[in-house]
Amino acid sequence: MRDEGRDVLITGVGLVSSLGRDTGEHVAHLRNGGGYMVDEQRFAPYCVHPLAPLDFAQQIPKKSDLKQMEAWQRIGVYAAGLALSDAGLAGDAGLLQRTHLVVAAGSGERDIGVDCDVLDKLSQIDDSTALAKQVLPSALRPTLFLAQLSNMLAGNISIVHGVTASSRTFMGEEVAGLAAIENAFRRIAAGQIDIAIVGGALNAEREDLLLGYELGHNLWRGSYASVWDRAEGGGGFIPGGVGAFIVLESRAHAEARSAEPYARVVDVATGHCDRTDGATQRVLQELYVRMHEKPTGPLTVLSGASGAAPVTGEEIAFINTLPSHGAEPIVRGFGSTFGHSVEAQFPTGLALAALACRHKLTPKEMGNAEIERPFSSSTAHALVTCVGHWRGEGMALVGAA
Amino acid sequence: MTNDHRDAMGRPLVAITGAGIVTSLGRDKAENWAALTAGKSGIKRIKRFPTDGLRTNFAATVDFLTGEASPAPALTIELAKHAADEAIREAAIGAQGHFPGPLFLATPPAELEWPQRKALYHAGRNSGLTGYQRLVDAAREGQWDEMNSLFQFASVGEHLAQQFGTRGIPVSASTACASGATAIQLGVEAIRRGEVDAALCVGTDASVQIEALIRFSLLSALSTRNDQPEQASRPFSKDRDGFVMGEGAAALVLESYAAAEARGATVLGFVLGCGERADNYHRTRSKPDASAIIGAIANAISDACIPATQIDYVNAHGTSTPENDKMEYLALKHVLGEHLMATPISSSKSMIGHTLSAAGAIEAVISLMTIRNGTLPPTINYDVADPEIPLDVVPNAARPARVETVLSNSFGFGGQNAALVLGAP
Repeated sequence: MRDEGRDVLITGVGLVSSLGRDTGEHVAHLRNGGGYMVDEQRFAPYCVHPLAPLDFAQQIPKKSDLKQMEAWQRIGVYAAGLALSDAGLAGDAGLLQRTHLVVAAGSGERDIGVDCDVLDKLSQIDDSTALAKQVLPSALRPTLFLAQLSNMLAGNISIVHGVTASSRTFMGEEVAGLAAIENAFRRIAAGQIDIAIVGGALNAEREDLLLGYELGHNLWRGSYASVWDRAEGGGGFIPGGVGAFIVLESRAHAEARSAEPYARVVDVATGHCDRTDGATQRVLQELYVRMHEKPTGPLTVLSGASGAAPVTGEEIAFINTLPSHGAEPIVRGFGSTFGHSVEAQFPTGLALAALACRHKLTPKEMGNAEIERPFSSSTAHALVTCVGHWRGEGMALVGAA
Repeated sequence: MTNDHRDAMGRPLVAITGAGIVTSLGRDKAENWAALTAGKSGIKRIKRFPTDGLRTNFAATVDFLTGEASPAPALTIELAKHAADEAIREAAIGAQGHFPGPLFLATPPAELEWPQRKALYHAGRNSGLTGYQRLVDAAREGQWDEMNSLFQFASVGEHLAQQFGTRGIPVSASTACASGATAIQLGVEAIRRGEVDAALCVGTDASVQIEALIRFSLLSALSTRNDQPEQASRPFSKDRDGFVMGEGAAALVLESYAAAEARGATVLGFVLGCGERADNYHRTRSKPDASAIIGAIANAISDACIPATQIDYVNAHGTSTPENDKMEYLALKHVLGEHLMATPISSSKSMIGHTLSAAGAIEAVISLMTIRNGTLPPTINYDVADPEIPLDVVPNAARPARVETVLSNSFGFGGQNAALVLGAP
């Protein structure tokens, strides 16, 4: 039997992207549409969705803290601060000490200038000992390392915002976001903890990030296309600058402190397959069967599809099976407008679902009119999907609080 | 289910039914235990890459599993497979290649190293480009399948999931040098929630590559006793001067006690409690009052539903840095009080170095072996006591002792603090 006190509610949202700097700007964008911001030139042949300009000092007041972080950490710490403020936790030391921190992270950033200098020097010196003797010790500096460590986004959130009950960072591209959301959700639902802030951040405007993903030829090349329109060109994702954090909280805990919930996370499920033909579609279908509730009628599907092929097509095939469960999917591929934020992709979907639930809106279409049909009213539930560009499948069902 | 399968809080007890370990001292539990109780050091001069001119030129590397030129993630994967295989064989659980539960993995963040960057840079030599544009162009125009299969963040977990057939998403955690303990905690929590009957918890690390060494060196974190590498790791000694990088992996098969008994498995021990607490004082240093470390240790003991006086032995984080060993002492004194003077504490890092992401898992397996063998592994190189941290560190020689309950500590950069309490069957 469902223990309503252990319901998992979203009580805070912090979201920054190429489309906005706070929840208000994102709600306006979801409600009114307005396309996407994409830079096709700067990293050609790759597109990126550049982050909207932020005044980081608003959430990271100490210059000494700002100096210790690279952009991905600043974006994440900023978004986490927005979520904590939104949930009414910011500045409440007692609550923050009881708030658990769960972060989905990839690598921190390398200093491109330093790497280029090193490569340049190495190409001029033919001596295997040069790296140790002459090049690296003078090129590197201690703060670089701290900007690169995956768990240092979490570390900086603890330092800047005072979240200290625990701190866990999950890794693994999109799987990181799936694991982070699932871990926070399950601990709260089981009564192991009461409140957590969970999310991730991606700085898309990084050549070292592009290099990492292009080793596997994962990036979309050439002019912008929506996530649904890339299969014929070989598929691929367009990185999008995003910081996305949500506060998850048990209903009992939220009610005790009179927090106003956005929505209830009905269920979260994740899966894994080897990506043989049809495997992703099968996993998604199995995960949907596991959802504790199955909404009937119109259902907003906030798809985190990356645009990678052929898995994006398999996700469509899965969505096309939803009517057999009584749902009429209204699909929105938010990767078309936000870009793909890898570790932060699933948290971004949850954040958008929370906004849609509170404001009773179905986002305007984001791409391909054959897949995304107009829908002017709202739906009771939103299904958030996230299919990793190379591994990991997951979904969350979100409904009214 | 009967009550004796649950703890005092009514949660499923979490049994350990298999354990595996590989470090610079050896390739399995037997080899490691023989060396650890003999007080041997696995720390030596680095041969893997030229170290001319570096402030530190030694580490506890594992050189017997892969070729010397293999990149860090290749060794990271081999170490993890090796330890997991030993653990699963001991547990005799599941069919070959079908582990009946999820994987919780502690692994270092993936990053390209200089040999890979150089190879890409060289491949792009005719492009007319420079810097990262040239690297990215080379990546786009070439086939880099092997590199790609090693340097994604999900790579290590993916290789393990394929080999052992674990269920669901392979979960990779990074809580810096507390990661190994976190992986075990994730498994314990999943079993307590009743989601799974079994979990494979692995910690692995093979970070001795040139840039990682230099980075720790720049933070002044490493010992610089280049003339006596095997004596460089001196936890709790007054003349300790930094930690020594180490490599290795360890794995535990965790099962709900009820499920383990039902299938007739041998229970090696229990994970009784897990505790954590994040520190918000500094990126690399603890709060001066040690309150976050205290919180993690106290939470673990309270989670184990035991009084602090029941701790028989502490397997310390004991890195051999001036800062860590002092703060760990302060925290233990606060939590254990008078009981501290009656509690032996040793640091395996004196022999195997600091195995970073793997340390929490490796030291959990050593803690388990301590319980099972009734012998305390020593803290070697303890020649000069530090009067500010008076402890029974089991100096220099192993000691027989009856041990029922062990506290194992793990702390990391970024304010990460975790502790585990392990118990005898």
